[in-house]
Amino acid sequence: MTESVFFLLFAILAAGGGIMMIASRNPVASLMYLVLTFFALSGIFVMLDAHFLAAVQVIVYAGAIMVLFLFVIMLLNLGHREEIDMRSHLSRLVALVVGSSLFAVVAALVLQGEKSSLASEEGTVVMEAILRSRGAVGAVAEPLFTSYLVPFELTSLLLLVAIVGAIVLARRRAP
Amino acid sequence: MVSLPLLLQEAHAAYEPILPVWIIVLPLIGAVVNGIGAFMWRGNKSIPSLVGPLAVIGAFVIVVLNFGAMLTAAPHDPAIVSLWTWMAAGQLNVGVDLQFDQLSILMLLVVTGVSSVIHVYSVGYMGEDPGYSRYFAYLNLFVFFMVVLVLGANFPITFVGWEGVGLCSYLLIGFWYENEDFASAGKKAFVVNRIGDFGFLVGMFLIFVHFGTLSYTQVFAAAPATLAYGGVVVTAITLFLFLGCTGKSAQIPLYVWLPDAMAGPTPVSALIHAATMVTAGVYLVARTSVLFAMSPVSQAVVAAIGAGTALLAATIATQQYDIKKVLAYSTVSQLGYMFLAVGIGAYTAGVFHLMTHAFFKALLFLGSGAVIHAMHHAYHEVHSHEDPNDMRNQGGLRRYMPITFATMWVGTLAISGIIPFAGFFSKDEIIWYTGAYGYGILWGVALVVALLTAGYMTRLMVMTFYGENRTGESAKQHLHEVPAVMWIPLAILAVLSVVGGWVNIPDALPVLPGVHAFHDWLHPVFAPARGILESHGLHEAHTSPIGGGEAMWAGISTVAAAIVILLTFRALIRRTWKPAAESVEPTGLAGVLYNKWYVDELYDRMVILPLLALWRGCWRIVDDGLIDGSINGLAASTRAVGWIGGLFQTGRVSTYMFYFVMGVLVILATFLF
Amino acid sequence: MNLDIENAALILSAFLFAVGTAGVLVRRNAIIVFMCVELMLNAVNLTLVVFSRSLGLEAQVLVFFVMAVAAAEAAVGLAIIIAIFRHYEGVEVDRFNLLRW
Repeated sequence: MTESVFFLLFAILAAGGGIMMIASRNPVASLMYLVLTFFALSGIFVMLDAHFLAAVQVIVYAGAIMVLFLFVIMLLNLGHREEIDMRSHLSRLVALVVGSSLFAVVAALVLQGEKSSLASEEGTVVMEAILRSRGAVGAVAEPLFTSYLVPFELTSLLLLVAIVGAIVLARRRAP
Repeated sequence: MVSLPLLLQEAHAAYEPILPVWIIVLPLIGAVVNGIGAFMWRGNKSIPSLVGPLAVIGAFVIVVLNFGAMLTAAPHDPAIVSLWTWMAAGQLNVGVDLQFDQLSILMLLVVTGVSSVIHVYSVGYMGEDPGYSRYFAYLNLFVFFMVVLVLGANFPITFVGWEGVGLCSYLLIGFWYENEDFASAGKKAFVVNRIGDFGFLVGMFLIFVHFGTLSYTQVFAAAPATLAYGGVVVTAITLFLFLGCTGKSAQIPLYVWLPDAMAGPTPVSALIHAATMVTAGVYLVARTSVLFAMSPVSQAVVAAIGAGTALLAATIATQQYDIKKVLAYSTVSQLGYMFLAVGIGAYTAGVFHLMTHAFFKALLFLGSGAVIHAMHHAYHEVHSHEDPNDMRNQGGLRRYMPITFATMWVGTLAISGIIPFAGFFSKDEIIWYTGAYGYGILWGVALVVALLTAGYMTRLMVMTFYGENRTGESAKQHLHEVPAVMWIPLAILAVLSVVGGWVNIPDALPVLPGVHAFHDWLHPVFAPARGILESHGLHEAHTSPIGGGEAMWAGISTVAAAIVILLTFRALIRRTWKPAAESVEPTGLAGVLYNKWYVDELYDRMVILPLLALWRGCWRIVDDGLIDGSINGLAASTRAVGWIGGLFQTGRVSTYMFYFVMGVLVILATFLF
Repeated sequence: MNLDIENAALILSAFLFAVGTAGVLVRRNAIIVFMCVELMLNAVNLTLVVFSRSLGLEAQVLVFFVMAVAAAEAAVGLAIIIAIFRHYEGVEVDRFNLLRW
């Protein structure tokens, strides 16, 4: 019961944040709404026994990536402009139709599906067992550093490349 | 080389052709060597002068040997020499086969013999021409094809020769191709011949369909059993073949190319358009005599067209001023006589006239060539551009060219049918048989044409050789007789024009001994056809349609011809003509005859203009409109589709996202349903 | 219709994804479009987390990687946007159409 209430709360926050994000005229406001969505999602992660990811979501997404976005918005002085950067009404209608149909199709697929291996009780029990034995971080760390070590190292390389690329792309050319 | 007596001895038992392939190959070698010479050794006159004539003389010698052998052996059936298989496909089996029988040997004698004489003459006539080597190459090539035509043992081989002589005719008519009129004359000859060739081909196809074979011996042996006498099939076959003959031998309706063919060098006119190629049609009818004998309709058509052409051409010849044109129409007319003969079933008479005509017509052409040669030389010396062919520019030439004058008279008397020259015997036989087999009207026409012939030939002689010379004061200083290399052939042909007829003298004539050599020689060849004709009612009467026997009418025709000659002579000797540059075109009936009964203009209106309209229609509507249009339309539609596709490439991410999502929706929807 | 937490989360995820798609279609500002892409990525993350319950922890490892890559991509993408801004003095997506036919 409480679970459902909390979930509903977080879900509404997430959904609302998303919609407001795309509807808002002010870029900074859009950004803030997105941050709200991320926080809500983080809460839902906790409810789904992905504690580590919940933390990482807040730290990385809300804390780093959104801050980066904000920096860029401020750098380019886009924050105060409230120009009409929405498309025509026809485009909005099309986007609405497309979005709704996409949602409808996927939702129908979800609800149609078999649920044998997705039983809540079983899933929760298994997850809790793992969490108890290794801890929240250890649950993710163990596969990460054993089976998926190579992708992990490659990801670090990727981040290095991204850093270098960002610097190169964004610097001023010498006059 | 095997020794001659030994050859003749061996041939006594059966006739084996002697060196058959060389008859064909020697002229071909000559053509190739001269052809190479035209490219590699330009300016070298001695090689063509030797190789050209010798190639043909060599072939003639071999033919004479074969003639001798056949004379001794007297075979009944043809000797076939098979060289190799040309086409073997299912039922069709055509080999490169040569047929040596009395008819083909006779034709070969005429062809190679007259060719040899004309080749020698050409050495003198074409000596100054820059295309000397090319000329002999073409001339040798012509002899090669003509020999193939005559020696063919089946229809396809004959057709190869048929087409080949047409090709050489085109090449030689348009020999001086820089002159556009001459080149057009060559084209006209080739195109008109092609119409005839279509007929030949259809006839050949019909024969194959009904006989399953194309070999002469097999077809003619099977014909009486396979086809119905007088039936549609045999009539169709023979009429189609005859269409080919009207093309090649210049009869109505396809004779129009021959007068224009005079654009070629005169020896070419003599050889191809008098003695050999144009006789190919007569040869074909003679060869397929069995088929023609089985169709009385076709026989009648052949005879009627022959007589009609003879009359038409003779009338036109009376008003022509170009010396070669007169002879050209004369040739058409005499060919009409030959077709009249084979049409009524007198095959031997037709081939006999073919032979004598070859002699005196070649003589007449070569003589006119001598005249033209002298006139051309004279005009060249004074840098005049008058027409050397035009008789109105000539006159009184007997003082300057006595040998030519004498030999031309021999030719004139021969063609007019004056006894004892060659033409008398052959023409008289045709006229007699036309009457004796019951063709009254054609008989009358033949008599009239004989008189017309005498008339226009005398006119030619008077205008050219008698009276005042109209060449011009300065030019006529340079007129002189032709060199020996040219008048010796004239002399040879003149002798042949005198004695050539003596191989076939009718019994009915008084005083003269009856000679049947020619008739007996060709008897085995025509016996089957004659047999068919006689079993279906052919009967030789002993009097003409209006009474009187053969001797009487022979005498009447000779005397009448002589009278015509004398009267024409007297009438024209006192007449004066203006030189061609100052003359006006004749009017009235003379004008119509001068304009050849406007036949060319008629063909133009009836055939050429509709074809041109069709051509233009096809070009504009079908080619430009439909074909180009559809291809261009295809390209345009491709471009249109591309343009439509381009509309989707906006370059904007949102658009692409939209398409992406649509695709995803479709895929997801398939999972749903 | 069984609406336990998994299903509900999946439906929420679908909703967020659809919202992100609509946002890409409807907004012109490049940075906003970028944020919508991030939203879509998060929706996917949510789906993965839901399925990790039954299919194993590898899904969460994948989420981890997704986040890392998203971070890298955000950094580079924003750098590009800065570079473009210097050129165009504006970041409307409609103006970046040089790849038109």
